Amino acid sequence: MNTEALKDLLYRLADDQLILGHRNSEWNGLGPILEEDIAFSSMAQDKLGHSLQLYTLLHQLGEAEPDTVAFTRNAPQFHCTQLVELPIGEYDFSLIRHFLFDHAEILRFEALSHSHYEPLAQVARKLKGELKYHILHANTWIKQLGSSTEEAIERLQNSLNYTLPYALGLFEKTAAEDEIIAAGIFVGEDEIKTRWQENITKILRQTALELPDAATLTPVYGGRTGEHTEHLQPLLDEMAEVFRVDPTAEW
Amino acid sequence: MYGSASTHDIPASAATGLENEDPILLAEFEARIARGEKIEPRDWMPALYRKQLIRMIEQHAHSEIIGSLPEGTWITRAPGFRRKMAQMAKVQDEVGHAQLLYSAAETLGKTREQMLSDLINGKSKYSNVFNYPALTWADSNVISWLIDAGAIVNQMANAKGSYGPYCRALERICAEESFHLKYGHDAVVHLATGTPTQRRMIQEALNRWWPPIMTFFGPSDKMSVHTEILMRWKVKMASNDHCRQQFLDMYVPKIWELGLTVPDAKLRKNEDGVWEFTEPDWEDFKRVINGDGPCNAERLAVRRAAEENGAWVRRALLSPKAKYVKPLA
Repeated sequence: MNTEALKDLLYRLADDQLILGHRNSEWNGLGPILEEDIAFSSMAQDKLGHSLQLYTLLHQLGEAEPDTVAFTRNAPQFHCTQLVELPIGEYDFSLIRHFLFDHAEILRFEALSHSHYEPLAQVARKLKGELKYHILHANTWIKQLGSSTEEAIERLQNSLNYTLPYALGLFEKTAAEDEIIAAGIFVGEDEIKTRWQENITKILRQTALELPDAATLTPVYGGRTGEHTEHLQPLLDEMAEVFRVDPTAEW
Repeated sequence: MYGSASTHDIPASAATGLENEDPILLAEFEARIARGEKIEPRDWMPALYRKQLIRMIEQHAHSEIIGSLPEGTWITRAPGFRRKMAQMAKVQDEVGHAQLLYSAAETLGKTREQMLSDLINGKSKYSNVFNYPALTWADSNVISWLIDAGAIVNQMANAKGSYGPYCRALERICAEESFHLKYGHDAVVHLATGTPTQRRMIQEALNRWWPPIMTFFGPSDKMSVHTEILMRWKVKMASNDHCRQQFLDMYVPKIWELGLTVPDAKLRKNEDGVWEFTEPDWEDFKRVINGDGPCNAERLAVRRAAEENGAWVRRALLSPKAKYVKPLA
């Protein structure tokens, strides 16, 4: 097995979780109702925990300590998709992003729970159990708000239209794609994408929202190879602000 | 997190309205409290008791959500995975406390919406310490340790009060706060025993936070307005000075143990066991509580923005067209 291909996959998974976890945590004190402050914080904590487990796998493969990997790299060294780095915006955007991202994520980790790379399969089995609740949360809100007032429907529809190209970027393939499929590590992006479209369509059909035709959209690619929006580096600078005061210190 | 901000006390001049209450019901009510029974939402209670409790629980709830802001700003900057996750969980707990407390206050007849609207328009207060900024990571650690410690002193006393829903909420809250205190202490220990930069950070943060900490329990009993009836009704369970003394007794030795100094030359424990200290500047305290502190405007602006930005969500939830979705279906 090619370790570089495996590491590439792990970095993509871990960086997505870390950055979206960080973004979700920004909802503290700003949620539309207190219960959503709390829910976004729970999901942020889960995602951060997921990224830590994945960085730990990378560490076992010879990469630096999780804290070093997470807190000292610069934007071009990150493999996350651009979707997760976008600022939290208003609640409609954050909700749509959460819905689109976690529907992809649960499929990814379900598939990875059968990975031939056993340490990853073990982590995936644990993570998918937590992601189930993220999906329940997203579906509940999308169904409820997506069939309520015109104002809510319009907001969610606009956010869905805006976010979908970024969400399609989740399925960007890297040079390692064929190799990790051949090695039985992962089923590959195409399969996840097909099932993702089926699942989100099923939920959106129960609302007044319409899913734009993905075939007519240009996916926002680049994140997997270190091309990022202008939002990532400031996020990383903020994240590392205290850590960098003295990276060798115990905090 | 919460301290006594003195604003629960009834001004000595205020009409209590007790002369309008049914004397037999009032006597029964007071006898129940004297026997140590809890008052429940549907039980008879004097209007003044209801009013004071709403005010007190509401202020406590506001203190939790406003209190989540100074530490919340450090979630995105917490150094390392361990601290980042713990900081998130800690701040999340505070918001959870607010949720619990608004529910307890709602049992007395005021809705969460009314309470939040009173917070935003300045009609109701929150703990004054949160009008000060958390300038560094170390400030956030000092809050987690010592402000939460102060809150526990206060809330453990109030958990023995007479209103059932508030007492039950406080028991749960105190259990979580004790954990925050351990978290805060651990973080402070790391800084106090760390590099010279870390030690300087924590000493400076303690110096900044000591004056607000000393006012956390409210003005000296000497200055405090008449609270006899609130004590008899077990709304207020311990005097401000009593809580402050208890706090000093428990935490000053722990601060000294870490090699940190307390920025008060007069601070010492007398032979009779009473702590002596420089009297806080109560005029400044009043000025800050009335809106002129370093962060009052900012704290309320954040809350106001959250309420305004989220208004469409609440309208949508109340829409008759909205399908009720069972979350776990």
